[in-house]
Amino acid sequence: MQSKMKESDPILEVQNLSASTDNLPILKGVSLTVYPGEIHAIMGRNGCGKSTLSKIIAGHPSYNITNGDIKFLGENINSLEPEERAQSGIFLGFQYPIEIPGVSNLEFLRVSTNARRKFLNKEELDTFDFEELVKEKLEIVKMDHAFLSRSVNQGFSGGEKKRNEILQMALLEPKIAILDETDSGLDIDALRIVAAGIKKISNAQTGIILITHYQRLLDEIEPTYVHVMSDGQIIKTGESDLALELEKKGYEWTDNFIKES
Amino acid sequence: MVNENLVKDAVKEPYKYGFVTDIETEKIAKGLNEDIIRLISEKKEEPEYLLDFRLKAFKKWQTMDEPNWAGLGYKKIDYQDIIYYSAPKQKEKISSLDEVDPKLLETFDKLGIPLTEQKKLTNVAVDAVFDSVSIATTFREELAEHGVIFCSISEAVKNHSDLIEKYLGTVVPASDNYFAALNSAVFSDGSFVYIPKGVACPMDLSSYFRINSGDSGQFERTLIIAEESSSVSYLEGCTAPMFDTNTLHAAVVELIALDDASIKYSTVQNWYAGDEEGIGGIFNFVTKRGKCLGKRSKISWSQVETGSAITWKYPSCLLLGEESVGEFYSVALTNNLQKADTGTKMIHIGPKTKSTIVSKGISAGNSINSYRGLVKMGTKAKGARNYSQCDSMLIGDQASANTFPYIKSQQPNSEIEHEASTCRISEDQLFYLQSRGIEFEEAVSMMVSGFCRDVFNQLPMEFAAEADKLLALKLEGSVG
Repeated sequence: MQSKMKESDPILEVQNLSASTDNLPILKGVSLTVYPGEIHAIMGRNGCGKSTLSKIIAGHPSYNITNGDIKFLGENINSLEPEERAQSGIFLGFQYPIEIPGVSNLEFLRVSTNARRKFLNKEELDTFDFEELVKEKLEIVKMDHAFLSRSVNQGFSGGEKKRNEILQMALLEPKIAILDETDSGLDIDALRIVAAGIKKISNAQTGIILITHYQRLLDEIEPTYVHVMSDGQIIKTGESDLALELEKKGYEWTDNFIKES
Repeated sequence: MVNENLVKDAVKEPYKYGFVTDIETEKIAKGLNEDIIRLISEKKEEPEYLLDFRLKAFKKWQTMDEPNWAGLGYKKIDYQDIIYYSAPKQKEKISSLDEVDPKLLETFDKLGIPLTEQKKLTNVAVDAVFDSVSIATTFREELAEHGVIFCSISEAVKNHSDLIEKYLGTVVPASDNYFAALNSAVFSDGSFVYIPKGVACPMDLSSYFRINSGDSGQFERTLIIAEESSSVSYLEGCTAPMFDTNTLHAAVVELIALDDASIKYSTVQNWYAGDEEGIGGIFNFVTKRGKCLGKRSKISWSQVETGSAITWKYPSCLLLGEESVGEFYSVALTNNLQKADTGTKMIHIGPKTKSTIVSKGISAGNSINSYRGLVKMGTKAKGARNYSQCDSMLIGDQASANTFPYIKSQQPNSEIEHEASTCRISEDQLFYLQSRGIEFEEAVSMMVSGFCRDVFNQLPMEFAAEADKLLALKLEGSVG
C-alpha cells in the first residue's frame, strides 16, 4: 500500500510486533509505518488490540513484547522506559485519562513540559514563563484558566479530560501522537474543538495515529490511511474511503477478510 | 512490578544524619533508681520542689505497667540498661557561643542548623539540644526585647522558677502514662517558651533535638506558655546517628494557651528509623498535649513523622475555654519495618469548642501505619464541633494501614464528622505521569505530596519544602 515515494525517513516503524499480558497473547504480528505528515486511523471492534498497541508503543509495563520491534526515528525503543519515550517525542492521548488527586494540573503540565524541553536542550520554564506558554495553548482547546488550578483530571467531565489530553499534546509538541479514542464520549461541539486542536498541532513533520470507532472524527480529520484491526492483527489497510465503507457495512464485513487470509 | 528492578537500582540515598560526633562526654552510670534521680537533679542544681516532682513521678512509674494496647510488639526495654544523663564535657559556665566546643557547632552545622552569629538562620531562633543538654539558644537578646523568654528548660528552672512551678505537669501530669511518668522522673533538658500578654512572637522559635550517644535515652521536656492575646509558631526537628541498637526517646511537651492566645507547634520527626531489616532505630514514645485554657484560644499541631523504628504519639488538645480551637494535621510515613501508631485526642470540655483533624498515613515496604484518635464531647460542650479526615495510602502490597477512631459524646448538642479513605498508588497513575515524560521516582513523590497537600499547606514555609524532600527521600526504592 505504501507505494508512494517517501522523501523522508519514517517516524515510527512497528515491525511484526507480538505482545502479551499475563501470558495471554494480545498482538499477533502487527506492522505499521508512519511517515512525517501522515495521519493513520486504526479501527476495529473492542478487544481487537487497538488500545494495547497504543499502550505498548508508549511503554506500558503490563505488556511484554514477545516478538518484533518498535522503531522510533530509526532507533529501537523496545526496552525504553515510558518517560524516555515521552521525552523523545512519543505522545499517547489516553482513552480514559487518569485522575491524580492533590497534584495541580498546572504543576503537572509544567513538570511534564520541562521534561520534554530538557530532552530537546531547550531552557526549562519557571512558573512565570510557563504560565505565558500555557495561556497560549489553552486557546487551542478553548479551556478556561481555572482548569490549571484543579487537580489533574479530578472532577473533570469526560469532555474536559479529553481536552486536557490535547492541551498536553500541544505543550509537548510530540513527533508522533497516538490518540486512543479521543473522540469517544464527546458531544459534537467538544469533538469539533478537539479535532480542530489536533489539526492545529499537527504539521508536515509530525505523525498521528487516531484510534477510533467512529467516522465522525474522520469527517473532521481526513486520514492518510485507514487500518482495520481484528484479533491482534491489522487485517486490512486502505485510504480514507475504507472508513466510509466500514461505516456503511459494519465490522461484520471485515470478518470475511480474516477468513480470506 | 516491571519497574521493581529499576527502582531498586536507583541510587539509594542513605540516612544523611547518621553520623556520630566524637566528643568527650560526661555520663552517669547506667540504671534507674532514686539515687540516679537525685544525681540528675543535683547536677542541674534544682530546687527542692522539682526533686519532689521527680521522685513522686518515679514512685508512680514503679507502680505502672508498660502499655501494650497499641500492639507494637517490640523487644522489652531494659530500663536498667539505659544511661539517663549524658552531656558533652564543657566549661562550667559558658557566656557566649565562642566558648561552645567547635565540634558541637560543627555537628549542628552539618545538620543544617548553624548556630554561630555569622551563620545563624535569619528568621528563626533555635534552641539546640545535644543528648541531655541544651547547647545554645540563638536570638535571645532580640526576643527578650519583646519580653519573650526562649531558653532551655534547665535555665528556666533557675531563672523563671515561678513559671515552672506554676505550670510544669499541669497539662501532662506525671501520672498520665508510663512514659510521661518516666520522663517526669528523669527529664534532662528541653525548651522553655514564654510569650507575654499581647505579644505576637516576632520570629519562629525552633528546637533541634540531637541524640548522639548510643546507650543513653533522650528525655526532653518542653513547656510553652502563651499569655492572653499572644501568639507563637514553634518548630521542632530531630535526628540521631545510626546505631544497631534501639534508643529510647520519651519526651513530654506541654502547651498552655490563655484567652485569645494561639500556639502553632510543628514537628518534622526524622529520627533514625533502623535499617531495611529493622535493626536499630529510635523508639519514639512521646506525650504531647496542649491545654486551651482561655476563651477563643487556639492550639494547632502539625507533624511530619518519617523517622523512628516505632512511633507512639498522640499530640492532643484539651479544649476548656469557650470557643477554643484545636487542630491536628499529620503526615506519617513508614517504610521497611517501621511502625507508627499516631493520632490525636480532642477533648471538648468548653462550649462552642471546635476541632479539626486531618491525618495522612503512607505505608510502604513491610511497615504498619495506624491512626488512632479520640474525639470526646463532654457534658458542657454545647455547640461543639469536630471534623476528622483520615486517609491512608498504601505503596506496594506488603504494607498495612489501620484507622482506629474513638468517638465519645456526652453532649447531644454537638457535631462530630468523620471521613476515612484508603488508596493505593496504581500502576495506571504511574504510567500516566511517566507517559508525560516524568521520571518514575518523581512521579511517585508527586503523588505522595499530592496526597499530603492538605497537611503541607499547614506547615510553616521552610518546613513544607523540607517535608516534601524528606518524603521523596524516604520513599526511594520503596515502590515496586
